[in-house]
Order: sequence, then structure tokens, then C-alpha cells
Amino acid sequence: MHETCNDWQIYGLDAGMDDPRGDRVMDLSSINPILLLASLMVAATPILLAAIGELVVERAGVLNLGVEGMMITGAVCGFVVAVGTGSPWLGFGGAAVGGAILALLFGVLTQYLLSNQVATGLALTLFGLGLSALIGQGYIGIKAPSFPDWHIPLLGDIPVIGPIIFQHDPMVYVGLMIVGATWWFLNKTQSGLVLRAVGENHDAAHALGYKVIRIRLMAIMFGGACAGLGGAYLSLVRVPQWTEGMTAGAGWIALAIVVFAGWKPWRLLLGAYLFGGVTVLQLNLQAAGLAIPVEYLSMSPYLATIVVLVIMSAGRAPGSLGRIFHASR
Amino acid sequence: MITLEKRAGPSRAWALATPVLAVVLTMIVGGVLFAALGKNPLETIRTIFFDPLFSEFAFYYRPQLLIKGAPLVLIAIGLSFGFRAGVWNIGAEGQYIIGAICGAGVGLALYPMELRLIFPLMVIAGALGGWAWAMIPGVLRVKFGTNEILVSLMLVYVAEQLLASMALGAMRNPEGMGFPGSRNLAQYPSATSWINESVGMHWGVVTAFIAVIFAYVILARHMFGFQVRLTGQSPRAAGFAGVNPSRMILICLGISGALAGMAGLFEVAGPAGQISIDFNVGYGFTAIIVAFLGRLHPVGILLAGGLMALTYIGGEIAQSNLGLPGAAIQLLQGMLLFFLLAVDVLTNYRIRFGQGAHA
Amino acid sequence: MTIKSILAAAIVAAGAATGVYADAHQTKVGFVYVGPIGDGGWTYEHDKGRLAVEAEFGDSVETVYVESVPEGPDAERVMTQMALQGADLIFTTSFGYMDPTINVAAKFPDVKFEHATGFKRADNVSTYSARFYEGRAVQGHIAGQMTKSNIVGYIGSFPIPEVIRGINSAYLHAKEVNPDIEFKIVWAYTWFDPAKEAEAATVLIEQGADVILQHTDSTAPQAAAQSAGDVVTFGQASDMAEFGPFPRVSSIIDDWAPYYIARTKAVMDGTWTSTDTWDGIGAGMVGIGEISDAVPAEIKASAEALRDSLSDGSYHAFTGPVNKQDGSAWLADGETADDGTLAGMNFYVEGITGDIPQ
Repeated sequence: MHETCNDWQIYGLDAGMDDPRGDRVMDLSSINPILLLASLMVAATPILLAAIGELVVERAGVLNLGVEGMMITGAVCGFVVAVGTGSPWLGFGGAAVGGAILALLFGVLTQYLLSNQVATGLALTLFGLGLSALIGQGYIGIKAPSFPDWHIPLLGDIPVIGPIIFQHDPMVYVGLMIVGATWWFLNKTQSGLVLRAVGENHDAAHALGYKVIRIRLMAIMFGGACAGLGGAYLSLVRVPQWTEGMTAGAGWIALAIVVFAGWKPWRLLLGAYLFGGVTVLQLNLQAAGLAIPVEYLSMSPYLATIVVLVIMSAGRAPGSLGRIFHASR
Repeated sequence: MITLEKRAGPSRAWALATPVLAVVLTMIVGGVLFAALGKNPLETIRTIFFDPLFSEFAFYYRPQLLIKGAPLVLIAIGLSFGFRAGVWNIGAEGQYIIGAICGAGVGLALYPMELRLIFPLMVIAGALGGWAWAMIPGVLRVKFGTNEILVSLMLVYVAEQLLASMALGAMRNPEGMGFPGSRNLAQYPSATSWINESVGMHWGVVTAFIAVIFAYVILARHMFGFQVRLTGQSPRAAGFAGVNPSRMILICLGISGALAGMAGLFEVAGPAGQISIDFNVGYGFTAIIVAFLGRLHPVGILLAGGLMALTYIGGEIAQSNLGLPGAAIQLLQGMLLFFLLAVDVLTNYRIRFGQGAHA
Repeated sequence: MTIKSILAAAIVAAGAATGVYADAHQTKVGFVYVGPIGDGGWTYEHDKGRLAVEAEFGDSVETVYVESVPEGPDAERVMTQMALQGADLIFTTSFGYMDPTINVAAKFPDVKFEHATGFKRADNVSTYSARFYEGRAVQGHIAGQMTKSNIVGYIGSFPIPEVIRGINSAYLHAKEVNPDIEFKIVWAYTWFDPAKEAEAATVLIEQGADVILQHTDSTAPQAAAQSAGDVVTFGQASDMAEFGPFPRVSSIIDDWAPYYIARTKAVMDGTWTSTDTWDGIGAGMVGIGEISDAVPAEIKASAEALRDSLSDGSYHAFTGPVNKQDGSAWLADGETADDGTLAGMNFYVEGITGDIPQ
């Protein structure tokens, strides 16, 4: 009764008599490269937002592993506020606030109570997952207010480039702006220099009179706000719904991308697109009938991240990353 | 102005008191949380923390504590070596899965032979599988300096996909009518890890206790234990003492990988029974909490594992009897770790009131 | 004395004692859910069944439920808990609860268990499932006529017989009305994950599909279809009417209420026996959601006729001539598929491209 899998073969489309397509392994022509690149930008946005926030935090010398917790908290806060007020923009604002508050908890524990950063970050993730599930209890299955794409006039109509770059929802552009602003802040302003100094050597920075704890706290809250925005992007635009645990590891990917980027903002953009691209590509390959088993395709983004991490290990981490700062006088 | 002044050495009294303090704080804040959710706080706390041990049906729940706590303790003991030495294995979940797959694979391949040797072989396979999976971040860290936190974490997701692939394909039960999932190993006498199901005893529980004893002895008496503790506190001093950092990293990751893999095997051959897509339930991550809660000390981990298991089992009772949402329990566990980390400051620092410099 | 025998003795004693007070005894019915009741799909419908039982029997029943119970030892513990707390009837609503159900049932011979979509039974364990493939036939019939691009996207959950049946049934009926139809199948490997489902739907739409069928439980594909524009979808497990009249043009609704009420009554009357139930549209277990006005009148009429013929048994969704994907003959002209083959179905029918993942 049962056939073994050896008896199955992949057949071509058994369509109508006039169909010229005969036996073929898969139909790559059904993958539209323009749409693929466009969805790549969309898929990359949540991790881009979370990663740029974490980049700033790590440049300040703090390792916050709780990105996943902050993202999911942002996702639920954003969703609740958006559904409550009817405005997705207010939702994003609420998400940023929610993420920042959770990050503040991490900040107080690590900067004032001097707790171990790795453990506290993990606790943040677990706490965030539980808190968000609890807050989101009454919101499962509800639709979010819609967040339409912007079709930028003129630029959006350029063939090929137009649909890829200029027809996205506003948060994609916000993400890009934050990356640009971060680059400018870190490299072109005095405050950015101070932050980098704190990250490189907190004792020296303290000796110079810089308020290490305050600067780190601000960086941590910024990181939380960005992660919150990234999470809200999933719940308000990508899906758009709220479910428990919906970030599904995106926060961890964001952490990996920061390392891949060598803590430089523009390389981070590249990393986010690479990762988003692999995710989107594997689904497209599946739909096009590629014979590789689905599970191996699904593994590919994570394996790609590992490979990239190995190759990019050449980046230099900020000198004080992860070390506890305690002014002795 | 409140300032913190570092103590000369960690305070022993506070080191013992902080976990207790953390639990008490969690109960208080948890009680407030439950009240906010509309449940009677005292009743809920009682249901979660005391019912599994002392209630009418405790004869059923107490063995369940052993079953739920064993993998947590086993994995956490393995992790504690690495954490003490500054080697952060966050991918224990992945090693757990791979250990289960390898061990179950051996058992399924030898089915339906009945041999006493089969189960030991499965245990070895499980340990090797977990060890090998942990060696990937280990070797990458030693050879290329790649961050082991991220690599081990990515491998968790890879392991999950492999699990799905096995459950649906290579290890699927040929007599399962096309449904996913392997044969039930708990029902295969030579392969099962159960010793006595009604008192919750399986080989994983036994191994967990043995691991606690071994870990205690090694950390307290053995040279290796000394080196682990030294590396964690001062890598430079450890270097001068002749500790090879690469070897330390590989050994620590190896231990945690092997123990996590064994935990996976004991679980798949006993309580879980089969390789299925949802086989893993997060023990690898919860074990991290257990390790910290137990202050990375073997006896502490044993107690912490018991406490965590209590919150799981008690939480389920509360869900079923009081309608408490499952998410509240997850929140409670995260809160427990937070409070522990917060009050832990008192172990190493003294609080001073009055003037003082602050950054 | 082992714990088992003590438990069994206790239960028997309790049962004997309560037997005298049968009229005043409240029947306790437990429900073990694999997902949250707010999922808007599979678990949501089971919970509606539970609420129907409460509504039907009022004070003579008490229902309890635990949601989001992982399959495995946790499920066994939850079931044991329910049994210890006095449940008389326990519904376990996921295939993965099969072995735990059998294990717990062995320890509590006086408690009745109903396992959804499984195939292992015992004296106190019944199984039940719905002939969703009948609903898929109606969906395929509508899809084949509504598609303009001739590409139908199918979001599969796991490559198990139930899902394969659905794909085959939908394909056969789509092809019947539209010989040029092509099915693109993506496997999400989850029953409920809105993010993955949204991505899968988006990818299928990008590859040209303008009808999306899903065997996953969230409304995410409907939302993706809505933002894409001209894409038809069908509600899964529950009506998903908030996405009607377009993109959702119809749906398959799991209606467990009649079965749950009947089984609870059987326990209350003492007439409960272990059975295997596989009901379809006719028995009311599979509901076809209101076909919206976005569907042209003739298509709506023929779909409703198909539904009615499935309902009264005059037509079987798998009627020959049908060949398997490799070209070999399966059903001869007029022959209908037997339940055994359907229950273990692991092959595609002729015309579907691609492999079933292994």
C-alpha cells in the first residue's frame, strides 16, 4: 500500500496540451528578481532596526543579550497602542517607549547594581517573552490598523529601481535614516566620540570626567527603543498580527549582525540585507520547486550567519565590551 | 547618596542568603502580579510553590519534580563549568537536541534487537553527539576567535531544523501510518531510560545526581576545578598558572555539550518517548537560569533545579485549576532570575549611605 | 502495591460511590489544547465546541481546559492532573497527544478519552477527525474558476496524510474545472506561525499565485492577500469572516460542537463506547463558510451544489478515474477511495509537481 520515496520523481507541469514546458526539475523563471529584492529590504528591516540599536549599545561597551526580549516587548506594546489608538505611528512610538523601559531595567541592573551582563541579558529575554505573552493575551487574532506603502512620486516610477527601493512602507526608510544618523553621530559628533571612548576604555573615560554610567544608560535605552521598533515592525507591518513569541529568534540574528558588521553602521546594513535576503530566497526557492528538502533551506540563514561570523571575526570589538564598570572613587 | 563599596571578599552570609531573598521577593511581586490578573495571590503562590510537594495529589507530583528537574540539573552542571571560566555556551538546547537524535538513532537502528548493551550505546552516542555539536563553536572560537555565544545559538536553530527533518524523514516510524515522529523508545525495553516510572526514576535522574557529586568534587578538590575557577576570576593569573586557554575553552564546551546531549538522550528514551518535531521544550535555556540561580555551585544547582521544576509543575496546576495564563509562569521565572541578579550585588558590594564619588 | 494499583482502586471506589448519586453528579469534561484559544483557528474552534457543551448542559457539566500544552511529557502530566482532579471525559485536541493519551488512559480506566486526528484506540480511548478534504474539494472547485493566472498557492503545514489529502482533493477539483491549473506548494512546518505564514503567502503571490489555500491556522495569509490586492483566499478552521467578502470568499469551518455534545451526553448516559469517528460535511463536522458575493453567481451555485452532493453522500471527493503522480493507476472510473488509503495517504495525484518532503 505504501510507496517508498524512491518511486517518486519530480515531474514537469502536466498542463494543457499547448503548454511548451515539458519535464523540468524546477521553475526558476517563476522567481521575480525585482519582487525578490524588494521583499529583501522589507525582510531585513526588523533586524536592521534591532541591530543598529544594539550596535550603539555595544560601542558604548555594554553587551545586551536581551534584544529578543526588547523586540518582542516592542512588538506587543506597539500592537496594543496601535489597536487602541487606531494609529500605527502612535503604535511605533509606544513600541519604542516599551522597549526603552525594558532596556532601562537591564541598565539599572548592570550599571547600578553591577550584575553580570550576560546573565542579565538572558534574564531580560526570558522576562520580555513572558511579559509580552501576558500583555498580548487579549490581542490574539486581532487585526492591526493598516500601514500602507508609500509610493514615492517620480522616483517610484523608475523601472526596476523604482519598485525595489522607492515603494516601501515608511518604516523601511526610517530604518535607513537611523542607520545614517547613527553613522553620522558616532563618527562626526563630539558626543559620539565620547560614547566611543567610554566603550573603548571606561576607566580612562571616567578619569577624564565623562559620566560613564549616564552615557551607557542612554545608549541602552536607545538600543531598547530601536529593538522595540524592530519588533513592532513585525506585528504592525510584516504579519501584521500579534502572536506569542512572534520574533522567533530575530533578536539573536540582530546580535550576530552587529558582530558581522564589525560594529560599523554601513556594514550592518549589508549584513541585514544579506540575512533578510537568504530568508526570502529560501522561501522563493521552495515555491519554485527546488528539490532540496525544506528543512535544509530553512537552516540556511543560520548557517550563513555562522559562516559570515567566522570570516568576519577580523573585526575589533570595543575594548570595554562586557566588562563591569565600577568607579572605585 | 547611596554608593556601593566593594567588599574585600565575597560575603559568605550574603552568598547563601541572596537566593532565598530572591525567591521571597519573587513570591511577593508575583503575588501582586496574580492579584492584578484577578487571581487570589495567596492561593496562587500556594498552588505554585507548595501544592506539588504537599497537596492531596503530591504523590503524583513529587516524582514529576524529579522528571522535570533532572534534565535541568544535568545541563546546568555542564554549563556551570563553562560559565565559571567565562565560556558562554548558550546553545545547550541545540546540543540537547543533537544528543537526543544521535542516541535515538542508535536505538532505532538496532530495533528490534533486545540486548543489554543497547542503552549504554545510546547514552554514549548521545554524549558524543552533544559533545560534537558543542565542539563547533569551540573550535571556531579557538581557531578563529569567533564569538561562541552567537555560534552556539545559531546552531540551536540548525538543530531544530535537523530534528524536524529526522522526525519527518529518516527517523519516521514505518508503522506510524505516515505521521511524523519516530518509534516510541520508552516502549522498547532495551532502549528505554525508565527505571521506575511511578516514582519518577529514570537514568537521567540518577545521572543528574552523579553529575552533582562529581562536579562538587572536581570543583572543590581537583586541579581542573581550580583552573576553571581561576580562569573565571582572572584570566591573566590563570595564564601565569599554566592554564592553556584554548584547552580550557574546548574542555568546558565539551563537558557542557556532552552532558546536554546525555540529558537529551535520557529525555527522548523516557519521558518524551519519541523523536518528534516539538521534542525540545527549552530545557537548554532554562538550564542557564538554573545555573545562575544555583550560583554555579553544584549543590546550589541541584536546589535551583528543584525550584525551577517546582515552578513548572506548580504553574501547570495553577493553569489547570485556577485558570492562570501560562505566560504568567514564564514571567515569574524571568522575575526570579532578575531578582537574583539584583540582590546579588550585596554579595560583592556593601551599600554605603552618604557622600561618595559616582560616575 | 504500586501507585498504579492504588490509583486504580481509588478511582473505582470513587466511581462506585458516585454511581449512587448519578443524577446529582456533575460531569467534568477536560480539554487539552495545543495552542492558545485566541489563535482564531484550530484551538479557537475546539474551545467553541467546549462552550457549546457548557451551553447545552448548563449546571450538569463542568469544563476545564489548559491551553498551549506542548506535546510530550507535559501533555501527559496535564492529562493526569485533569484525571486526578476528577475529570470524566477528556478531549485531547492534537495528533501529537496520541501516546500520552494512551499512557494516561491505561492508568485511569474509568476516565474516557477522545483523541483528535489519531489512530490508536483503547477501551476508554476513542478517536475522531473530520473529513476536511471534502471542504478542500469545494475550495478547489471555486479556486479553479476564480484564478486568472492559473497558479494556486498552497501553504502546507506538515507533510502528513491529512494535509496531503487536502492538497490532492483541492487539486483534483480545481483541475476538473480548469485543466491549466498549477499548484505551488510551500511547506511552513508549523500549524500556527503568523510571521512564517505571511512570508509564505507573500512569496507565493510574488510567484504569480492569485489564489491562496492554507493548511495553517492564522489569518496572516488573508492579510497578506489583502495588501497584495487581487488575491483570493479561504478561511481555515474558522470562518475568518472579517476578511470577507474579499479576499476571503469562503472557508472551511471545523465544527466540533455536535460531536462534543453527543459524546458528553454518552458519558452522562453511560452509553459511551470506544469509537472511531470520521465525519464530513454531512454530519456537520465540516462547515463550508458562506460563499461571498465576490464569487460570480454561477460559480457560487455550482460550488453549493458540490457541497450538497458531498453532504448527502451522493458524491465522494475522491472518485476515479484518478492516477498517482508517477502515472500509475489508482482509482478506476467511478471507483471511490477507501478510508484506509485515505488515512495513510502519502502520494500526490497526477499533475502535481514536486516531491512530498521527506
